[in-house]
Amino acid sequence: MREDTRTITFAAIICVTCSLLLSGTAAGLKSLQQANEAFDVKRNIVKAFGIDISEMDRPKIEATFEQHVAEEKAGELELFTWTDEGAEKASKYAFPISGKGLWSLLEGYLSLDADLETIAGVSFYKHGETPGLGAEIEKAWFLSQFTGKKLYAQGKAVAFKLVKPGMPTNESAVEGISGATITGKGVEALIRKDAAAYAEYFKSIKGN
Amino acid sequence: MASAAKKLLMDPFTDNNPITVQVLGICSALAVTVKVDTAIVMTLALTAVVTLSNFVISLLRNVIPNGIRMIVEMAVIASLVIIADQLLRAYLFDISKQLSVFVGLIITNCIVMGRAEAFALQNPPKDSLLDGLGNGLGYGIVLIAVASIREILGFGKWLGFSLFPETYMGNGLALLAPGAFIILGLLIWAQRTVSKYVED
Repeated sequence: MREDTRTITFAAIICVTCSLLLSGTAAGLKSLQQANEAFDVKRNIVKAFGIDISEMDRPKIEATFEQHVAEEKAGELELFTWTDEGAEKASKYAFPISGKGLWSLLEGYLSLDADLETIAGVSFYKHGETPGLGAEIEKAWFLSQFTGKKLYAQGKAVAFKLVKPGMPTNESAVEGISGATITGKGVEALIRKDAAAYAEYFKSIKGN
Repeated sequence: MASAAKKLLMDPFTDNNPITVQVLGICSALAVTVKVDTAIVMTLALTAVVTLSNFVISLLRNVIPNGIRMIVEMAVIASLVIIADQLLRAYLFDISKQLSVFVGLIITNCIVMGRAEAFALQNPPKDSLLDGLGNGLGYGIVLIAVASIREILGFGKWLGFSLFPETYMGNGLALLAPGAFIILGLLIWAQRTVSKYVED
């Protein structure tokens, strides 16, 4: 066999073997991976509703989600509701928030209390920010500040603010992260943007 | 164990360490060493890849056409890395989230390609397997050392267990890439002082 025929044959065999191996692995593991990703979103939604999940294992979080959380459509937008045990009406509402940080896209959920104005909880599940600085956005000390703050007033989204650490906050501002100014700006911008996007919907259901 | 085999396996831990002596694989050594658990998983992933790629390439060493030698090596390495990444996503989801792109970047890790070119192409499969294992673990031991120092200084924890009282603030520098550079530099210095290695 000529040298170049041999080379091409060899390359073809390697390509076919590798692609079979890879497609086999990908197909075989797909359902497990999708289940992981779906669970990650559920876990985050439960966390955004202000539930402490640090001591909960996977089945417990799944069960909590099944029991209390329901998905709803807010027009074109995604919305989740939380119903307390035995209650008939939803007591909290959560929607996805996302936007640009310093290095990466930040994705998370924000939940509102029954008054549809006050934040019940915020959480982020996906980001690529600097550990120790921007990545603090997923830490409890930062996220717990949001609970109880006002996101809407008179049916409109307020200009939510992240102030410099140590500066006074008000009912629509939380302290930012030292050394992560740009991540903080991103969080501020994405909360304002998504709050505005849902303002009409919350206004419309508030009457009921 | 025969002394030749033992040398193949143990050399990369000290005298021929891929990170502290050959200064390869620095990028990932900086990126995934913020916490010990990610460093351990990264070690396992890289060790599995370099061991298997050395083995497969050594098996193929007499039939690979020289003109496409490197491309074939890349195809083997890339396939193994993607499989490792897929397995992590399926079975160790939280850690794979933290490792993010760095598992995929094992493909470009100089240690893997370096061992294939420098060793597996000239040596039989059994020796190549040991060489891959030794180099993977030699890389890992430095990774875990750097991660231990960073996690202890940065978070006051080791493998998630708190070592200091709650009031410990954490050293932000240890968590950033420059901190990792300094720690890695000190490790290289310490290792070379002990082994009396001098760059030619």
